[in-house]
Amino acid sequence: MKILVPVKRVIDYNVKPRVKMDGTGVDLANVKMSMNPFDEIAVEEAIRLKEKGVATEIIAVSIGEQKAQETLRTALAMGADRAILVVSETEVEPLGVAKILAKIVAEEGPGMVILGKQAIDDDSNQVGQMLAALTGRPQGTFASKIEIDGDSIKVTREVDGGLETVSLKSPAIVTTDLRLNEPRYASLPNIMKAKSKPLAQKTPADYGVDVTPRLKTLKVAEPPKRSAGVKVADVDELVAKLKAMGVAA
Amino acid sequence: MKTLVWVEHEGGNVKDSTLSAITAAAKLGEVHLLVAGQDVGGVAAAAAKIAGVGKVHVADAAAYANALPENVAPLVVELMGHYDAFVAPATANGKNIAPRVAALLDVMQISEILSVESADTFTRPTYAGNAIATVQSSDAKKVITVRGTAFAKAEREGGSGSIEAVSGAGDAGLSSFVGAEISKSERPELTSAKIIVSGGRALQNSENFHTIIEPLADKLGAAVGASRAAVDAGYVPNDYQVGQTGKIVAPEIYVAVGISGAIQHLAGMKDSKTIIAINKDEEAPIFQVADYGLVADLFKAVPELTGKL
Ligand SMILES: Cc1cc2nc3c(=O)[nH]c(=O)nc-3n(C[C@H](O)[C@H](O)[C@H](O)COP(=O)(O)OP(=O)(O)OC[C@H]3O[C@@H](n4cnc5c(N)ncnc54)[C@H](O)[C@@H]3O)c2cc1C
Repeated sequence: MKILVPVKRVIDYNVKPRVKMDGTGVDLANVKMSMNPFDEIAVEEAIRLKEKGVATEIIAVSIGEQKAQETLRTALAMGADRAILVVSETEVEPLGVAKILAKIVAEEGPGMVILGKQAIDDDSNQVGQMLAALTGRPQGTFASKIEIDGDSIKVTREVDGGLETVSLKSPAIVTTDLRLNEPRYASLPNIMKAKSKPLAQKTPADYGVDVTPRLKTLKVAEPPKRSAGVKVADVDELVAKLKAMGVAA
Repeated sequence: MKTLVWVEHEGGNVKDSTLSAITAAAKLGEVHLLVAGQDVGGVAAAAAKIAGVGKVHVADAAAYANALPENVAPLVVELMGHYDAFVAPATANGKNIAPRVAALLDVMQISEILSVESADTFTRPTYAGNAIATVQSSDAKKVITVRGTAFAKAEREGGSGSIEAVSGAGDAGLSSFVGAEISKSERPELTSAKIIVSGGRALQNSENFHTIIEPLADKLGAAVGASRAAVDAGYVPNDYQVGQTGKIVAPEIYVAVGISGAIQHLAGMKDSKTIIAINKDEEAPIFQVADYGLVADLFKAVPELTGKL
């Protein structure tokens, strides 16, 4: 089966985001950008399924600006077979992303779509669930284990109380959590090879999807700042502080 | 405005996070609830008593037993003909169901709101809580998830809502529940605890969590949390993780032991009232948000602290 893996170019997780002075957003000029970490986990899982002989082809998709090509090349260097870039220089909301992906799913007919559970920039946690709704497929979100079981897919999920397992009828939509796997680094020869792998360019209009935003960002502000307190000299002083707060016996 | 709130319940009880979602929904207008599950008559009765609640829809069937979104989302959509907004707590289950509802309604969801500014305008955290966005929705209906720590809990008593049965389409035939491995603990639940003691990578193994973190937590009547590094290394189960991609907590007192204070961890705990950090590195970023910092080796300091309390 084919596996579709959507990937997003986001601020690198090691960078501390700074809100722009004019309150219009986060300053991304000259900031290191990388593949969303949850999407790396998704790519890795698809590659492992191919290595096991379950998947036959891995297609990476990104919806975003031209620079998202770099992100797709990273996916190709890790082991994806080909890529599709749906170019939009303006931000596409999760609903628009899900609609474009639904069209690609209809075109490509993947047996599974593996996405990251959330992007670390907008923290929306929506696209996988929305894609599942739009394609009428079952969803295994926050996956820490994926097992193929004939016509169904067993997904172990990270939930508030621990772990939960669901059985989904194939084809299904899966979103990754942190413990699913540890993504590999692309080797230098594979980075070179990735340069010649096919990368198709499309636009939202090619799929007939209207990506006009439904949410208007009126303002972006820094959260209330917490200032550092005091250092206590030793455990006795900490005990005194706790007692002053009324918690210690 | 009329709002439908999805009720999360466990063992016959309405969960605290739903009470916060009800408070958020009440800011939009009239609040009705949906209780879906199997043998949930008792939950529905309890839900109808929550202050400020009008009607409670009850869908009682095996298909709704484990909050499977494939079955619950169509049920919500069926009811949404009568409502202007759908609200769910931003818990694992709420986050699983709400976007499926939103897409079926062709609505762009507003995730994890921190405040209701007006009927169409909300604030929400982005970039691990480092940028708070004020967003205005142009959708006719709103679909919203609510961050529990940002809203007070609605009172469990004082309401007298009516209860109405709904059937819904039942099993969509797409998914089934296989089983769960739920962590059992006598300690308070992480997201509603008044005090939390969290351990990081520095704990080195699960044995040290038992012998160093847990006795302090027990002395304080606290819940136990952890950093991602401690969960990844297998010291504690996944449901202990506090942070941007784990649980969001805001207790009275948060004690971070052997945790460096990466932005992803801070995102989950920096709204705690008092933060105490114990770390041997005086440059650790956790000290920048800590009210009381102790620069010390945790293997000596924590047992001493436990002993002196
Ligand atoms: C996509 C993504 C999502 C993430 N989500 C989360 C999340 O939700 N929550 C989260 O916590 N992290 C998250 N992280 C990980 C985060 O970036 C950090 O790697 C992690 O929080 C570090 O955990 P730590 O502080 O326990 O470990 P470290 O950073 O290794 O810190 C260990 C600390 O212990 C101190 N120490 C060592 N020995 C002792 C001793 N004997 N006594 C006292 N102090 C000692 C050290 O000085 C150090 O400060 C995420 C990362 C990514 C990429």
